[in-house]
Amino acid sequence: MNEQEMPNDAEVINFIERLEKEARQGGYDLNQNKEFTRGLAKGLLINERRYGYLSCPCRLAVNEREKDLDIICPCYYRDPDLAEYGACYCALYVSRDIARGQKELSPVPERRIPFEKRTKLDLTGADISGSIKLSVPVWRCLVCGYLCGRDTPPELCPICKASKDRFERFL
Amino acid sequence: MNFEHVDGKDKGKITLYALSTCIWCKETKDLLSDLGAKYDYAYVDLLKGNDREVAIEQVKHYNPSCSFPTLIIGDKCIVGYKEKEIKEALKV
Ligand code: SF4
Repeated sequence: MNEQEMPNDAEVINFIERLEKEARQGGYDLNQNKEFTRGLAKGLLINERRYGYLSCPCRLAVNEREKDLDIICPCYYRDPDLAEYGACYCALYVSRDIARGQKELSPVPERRIPFEKRTKLDLTGADISGSIKLSVPVWRCLVCGYLCGRDTPPELCPICKASKDRFERFL
Repeated sequence: MNFEHVDGKDKGKITLYALSTCIWCKETKDLLSDLGAKYDYAYVDLLKGNDREVAIEQVKHYNPSCSFPTLIIGDKCIVGYKEKEIKEALKV
């Protein structure tokens, strides 16, 4: 790995603080295993340098934002994995039980469908195109599920800070 | 394509496809080293051009979702860090 990609300790610590703050604000918990969380935070920063966005450290990025949009951290799969397995795929985010040590962490299988096999329905679970009339479209944040009715999606999701390109037209 | 070699006891052919940034891949590497096994590994995220394509094809052959770590022990494929399965496959 080339040296330029390596974030220094201060950067990693600052970044973890930011992640912790955002997690707290959003009602999420970070993995309390410090060494583990550090490793993941470092991986995220390396990916940010390498690709220009915080691509998931435990997944292979293709280095095209559009194709990696779903795995920019926090990824589209964090919430369903937290609900089903008590942790995101990397286990950077864990359920409250696990954060408190009341439950063991177990491996989370990959739910991501490879890009070439993905359809719109895999993301939204609904296809009602053309069947209803609305005065403004409804946009859905693909990271946290926030919905808003307006002409265009917001620049940043007011709930989870996901960028505009990570919204889909929901209705 | 070239693999990195880690020396140790010969426990059959062990190949690990990993990502350099992935914590579960690191756990898998550490486990193999703790068990003293000889193995080959590749950091697929660091490969370029043809090597990368070849590696991805190899991973997909065993594990169509192309997730990491993908560990091949003999003819057995273990996807993800599964300590128990890895130990069983290595008969420890
Ligand atoms: S939320 Fe977890 S699984 Fe998703 S990108 Fe971030 S670290 Fe990876």
